[in-house]
Amino acid sequence: MMEPRIDYYPTHEYQGFKFRRGHTLPFGATVVPSGVNFSLFSSAATGCTLVLFRKHEEEPMVEIEFPQEFRIGDVYSMIVFDLDVEELEYGYRMDGPWNPSAGHRFDRTKVLCDPYARVVGGRDIWREEPDWEKRQHHRGRLAFNDFDWEHDRPLEIPTEDLVIYETHVRGFTAHPSSGVSAPGTYAGIREKIPYLKELGVNCIELLPIFEFDEWENSRKHPDTGEWLLNYWGYSTLGFFAPKAGFAATGRFGMQVDELKTLIKELHQAGIEVMLDVVFNHTAEGDHRGPVISYRGLDNKTYYILTPDGWYYNFSGCGNTLNCNHPVVRNMVLDCLRYWAAEYHVDGFRFDLASILGRDQNGAPLSNPPLLESLAYDPVLSKCKLIAEAWDAGGLYQVGSFPAYGRWAEWNGKYRDSTRKFLKGDTGHVGEIATRIQGSPDLYYYRGPTASVNFITCHDGFTLRDLFSYNYKHNEANGENNNDGSNDNESWNCGWEGESTDPAVNHMRAQMMKNAICLLMVSRGIPMLLMGDEFGRTQHGNNNAYCHDDELGWMDWALAQDNPELLRFTREMVRFRHQHPVLRSKSFFEHRDRVGSGYPDISFHGTQAYWPDFSPGSRCLAFRLDGAHAGSPDSSIYVAMNMYWDGLPYQLPPAGDGKSWKIAVNTSMPSPHDIYSTSEAPFLQDQSSAIVGPRSMMVLVADSQ
Amino acid sequence: MPLDIKSSVEGTTGRLKLAGELDGASAPAVRTEVEKMLTNKLDRLVLLVEELSFMASAGLRIIIFAKQRQPQLKIYVVKPQEPIVETLKKTGFYDAVYVQDSEPGEAAAQ
Repeated sequence: MMEPRIDYYPTHEYQGFKFRRGHTLPFGATVVPSGVNFSLFSSAATGCTLVLFRKHEEEPMVEIEFPQEFRIGDVYSMIVFDLDVEELEYGYRMDGPWNPSAGHRFDRTKVLCDPYARVVGGRDIWREEPDWEKRQHHRGRLAFNDFDWEHDRPLEIPTEDLVIYETHVRGFTAHPSSGVSAPGTYAGIREKIPYLKELGVNCIELLPIFEFDEWENSRKHPDTGEWLLNYWGYSTLGFFAPKAGFAATGRFGMQVDELKTLIKELHQAGIEVMLDVVFNHTAEGDHRGPVISYRGLDNKTYYILTPDGWYYNFSGCGNTLNCNHPVVRNMVLDCLRYWAAEYHVDGFRFDLASILGRDQNGAPLSNPPLLESLAYDPVLSKCKLIAEAWDAGGLYQVGSFPAYGRWAEWNGKYRDSTRKFLKGDTGHVGEIATRIQGSPDLYYYRGPTASVNFITCHDGFTLRDLFSYNYKHNEANGENNNDGSNDNESWNCGWEGESTDPAVNHMRAQMMKNAICLLMVSRGIPMLLMGDEFGRTQHGNNNAYCHDDELGWMDWALAQDNPELLRFTREMVRFRHQHPVLRSKSFFEHRDRVGSGYPDISFHGTQAYWPDFSPGSRCLAFRLDGAHAGSPDSSIYVAMNMYWDGLPYQLPPAGDGKSWKIAVNTSMPSPHDIYSTSEAPFLQDQSSAIVGPRSMMVLVADSQ
Repeated sequence: MPLDIKSSVEGTTGRLKLAGELDGASAPAVRTEVEKMLTNKLDRLVLLVEELSFMASAGLRIIIFAKQRQPQLKIYVVKPQEPIVETLKKTGFYDAVYVQDSEPGEAAAQ
């Protein structure tokens, strides 16, 4: 039998609590034999006190000052013995200078949350109004690594095969129409796994699930009296802690298990999990914001400050995390490794990622160490890394984000140009030809999988609203409609807002189908927004960040109202999965590489082999050669007509003795808008086809 | 409401009857009892929880603890109340135990 280790005997005692010097690493609170190891970094503190609470009690049960000999370098560590780990909460008091102009904001009166806390208490139940008299709202708790993953691990689905579904944990099932037993939770999503599977998506991207405070900047709408909350959660409190309020079992402290169970079951269904992570700022805001953690622990290390100690605001949220400081960089790395290893997360999408490439003075770096470290990290080597390649400080890096061959990007240019093309703007055919190839102009050295193609995302109009509103309608946000983008490239199809005109609604439905079709035939990684598959609306609100209500939730009744669109989307996703010619890691070479007699891609217009790239054009067609797919596949022809009248398109040959079948025709009513492969009818005239006004047609080559 | 704990071991079956609320405060006593029972070589651990109205995370972790100590151990949760079933389901523990309305027969231990 192994002898008990000498380093787990107490050497000190204070008020009945036994302790000894601890292990400097890992940071955070870690269960060790007979005790808990606490380890914390601060470069400028002069002293540190560990504050221990019984769960939910206002007064601490003990405050233990770290003896100076327990500090090694800038790290305070201590093992405290015989603690009830289930009932424990903890924080720290820091001694040090209060000198804001020098960047220091130590305040011994504050009990601070551990940046490495694996669980953060204080917002255990979603939307339960806090006791505002409380001195400290957020305390660290312990998490246990005893979850039974069985044989699970991250799925490592090839990037080119992904179809991403962007969703909000609460918004996905909070609406009563969701019919789940635990609305608005991780468990709620679990009940919807069969739906996701049927939809065909194989990756869900969750809006932030790191612990945040939904009450941050909360207010009541001046007219309606409705609570406006920090619903989206782009404001992190604890980078290592899952949002407790998103767990049905959060009130019991079981959010870790509930989230892991969700991820495990999604994996069993073949669906990856990607997290939207926010490392550009924290919930502490600027100098007027609350002192929760980082500001009081080591303000100068964690934040980018002006020379006189104010907060740079490249995030638009008050502060900017100092991500390229080596200590913060390590925290980000530790955090992502933790989520990848402990939660089996498959990938990350980085909010305002360009900030991660700024130096400690805010200047963009040519070789940002954090981004490089993430790209080459051994634990993260199979994780998908996706950047929102811009920030609120004006840095726009779509196509130029420092990628190290690893990073993909939300392709904002795909969104903008497809929107313009779809609504019939002229002068965009050339750019569309580039975008549907995976944007080689932007990602030539990375390949098309660097391009996350999307037309809508949480930020902006939903797909239905994109074709129902010319202007944003954000009055419900209580900011006099000043918030949200004015640059939406939307088209209301002739009437602003909801309409009873069948012609208007028909056109909107067709435009939505065009958008989904274009997305699914484009090379790159397609991303759908939650609810777009059945026409979710935010009634023209393009910035619903504060709406924990019907505006922000997914109304599942729309699936019954718009079954045609739902069917079309499912079939379109299936079509993409069925045809490897639509998905590749490589760009087209515009030549015949396999001796099939056809180039891998050829462009056409209303006349075969004569694409019209002139400024007045609204038409484009392309043929993908199945022999170039890498695995057996049919050739595909896609015709896009964004002109307001139907046009005859001369067809290129199907090739190899085959004929063209109609797979998709968005101008036709359901079920003739999209066919399964076996049901698809052959074109009677194999030399030309009429493509209806503002519509798309997809043909597949097959043997008669 | 205080937790009432009754335990017994017959052959290779351990029985633990819990009544009241199994929260953070009462969990250590249950864990001690389980540890004591696991000093025997058990095939199954039967948790009789009909009168248990609440089980906190600390209680659920005792199940994990028992599984880790004796991976072959079959754990039966007999007559749990609905909130406990829901918690078991949402946190994934449901699949790790046998939830049933009556004590398992002898054959179940095979």
